[in-house]
Amino acid sequence: MAGTLNFSPDDSYNAFITTCAEAPFGDGALAGIAVAIKDNLSTAGIQTTCASRILAGYIPPYDAHVVELLRGAGAAIVGKTNMDEFGMGSTTGTSAFGPTKNPVDPERVPGGSSGGSAAAVAAGLVPMALGSDAGGAIRCPAAFCGIVGFKPTPGRVSRYGLIAHTSSLEEIGPMARTVGDVSRLLSVIARYDPRDSTMVDRPYDHEPSADIKGLKVGIPEEYFGEGVDERVAEQVRTAVGVLEDLGADLVPVSIPGMRYALPAYSIICMSEASSNLARYDGVRYGPAVDTKKSWHEAYQDLRGEYLGVEARRRILLGTLTLSAGYAGRYYAKALAARRNIARDFERAFSDLDIIAGPTMPTVAFRPGEVTDPLALYRLDALTVPASLAGIPAISVPCGRIDNLPVGLQLMGRRFEDERIIDAAFAYEQEVRA
Amino acid sequence: MITESDIEHIAELADIGISKDEVPEFARQFNAILEYFSTIESVEGEGAPAAGAANAFREDEPRPCLPQEAVLANAGSTENGYIKAPRVM
Repeated sequence: MAGTLNFSPDDSYNAFITTCAEAPFGDGALAGIAVAIKDNLSTAGIQTTCASRILAGYIPPYDAHVVELLRGAGAAIVGKTNMDEFGMGSTTGTSAFGPTKNPVDPERVPGGSSGGSAAAVAAGLVPMALGSDAGGAIRCPAAFCGIVGFKPTPGRVSRYGLIAHTSSLEEIGPMARTVGDVSRLLSVIARYDPRDSTMVDRPYDHEPSADIKGLKVGIPEEYFGEGVDERVAEQVRTAVGVLEDLGADLVPVSIPGMRYALPAYSIICMSEASSNLARYDGVRYGPAVDTKKSWHEAYQDLRGEYLGVEARRRILLGTLTLSAGYAGRYYAKALAARRNIARDFERAFSDLDIIAGPTMPTVAFRPGEVTDPLALYRLDALTVPASLAGIPAISVPCGRIDNLPVGLQLMGRRFEDERIIDAAFAYEQEVRA
Repeated sequence: MITESDIEHIAELADIGISKDEVPEFARQFNAILEYFSTIESVEGEGAPAAGAANAFREDEPRPCLPQEAVLANAGSTENGYIKAPRVM
């Protein structure tokens, strides 16, 4: 039943950078289903910008592995979604193509950086979308827009064709309105690909099960304390109570290394970004560099003109934290902090099955309410620990405060993605019933 | 303490153009951000690669690659099948 899907949405939330009016599709598990793709995933023949002016007009000559798999499963690739420039932000406000609005309340941010994918799903323009998550970029917008978002264990989904930002942390993952659809999309994209050398051959083939009797759920005090909106904490405690009613055992736990998570994440992320983004020089792609100027002058002018202020701020900070005299103080310490956090989680998981807490410390806010770079980095406090520990995490909607969605975050052991999907599914089935 | 001349020096290292007006603002923000980063100075232990990361080797065998036209298609400036870049010397 191959054919063409006509896709001309009323995109009043600015969820898309590019839409495909006539999207071809084929046979398979996702035959004819419209899927939106974050604009940092390479799509052959379809503009891919990372929401940056420095990549405007770039047409990838090849597909990312996940895009190949989607096409192979019959999905219709209907468009490329808005994001923070190169994924640098938690609001989708740093996009060179304008901010995305939150469909739940257009006066508020959708979260980020996969805000366009979340908004496209939340607005009902597509049933499912792909995002990417280095420190919460799938889970944050899923929480703010009231949908489900999943960051898999590193190694389960190939990053081939994902335009690099934070290579040691970033994962591709599914976003949808239900846990069932997230699981369905994951079973298409989690397939071995030797072109990503960090891959492990652990394909995902799982039907969600709502039976969580006897599941040991850790409740870390750090996720309900300082910096977390009291109403969000209360809402998530209620959600965790639902898991208990379903037969799970709640166990208090502590992740002491978490207090270093945010600075460690920021340092690693910016250091890697400063290296990864060195490739934007206007030579192989992007706006043409002025070949009459000298080497450094030409690149400085081009990158000053075409990269946004947050991208330039992070490249500069990353260059600083890797430079002589600073690398030992910042980058080496950040790697040590990452290992300590991974060990804290390992220790906690020695007698726990999953860990639960809020996804975000607040509900969606208004653009302009939080503008200081440091205050914005702090929003990732509850999502970066799972990234640093290299464990899977899902955000599932757990009610609203003043009509704004709250996300319940469930984290699991490495390669036990199935278990947190089951717990999220059990919760979702119970509260929908 | 990061000074305005430090900001200008880092911008040169990174080949990032910044305007004169941005320098004082970046210096102010960087000092606040670095103060925050400094909280990790008390972290103990050695750094390690990301969880599960390991070197992966493969045989050095030629594989199919993109045709020349596809590789050049996105370049801003080309000549006789080559990509043009600014002068190095």
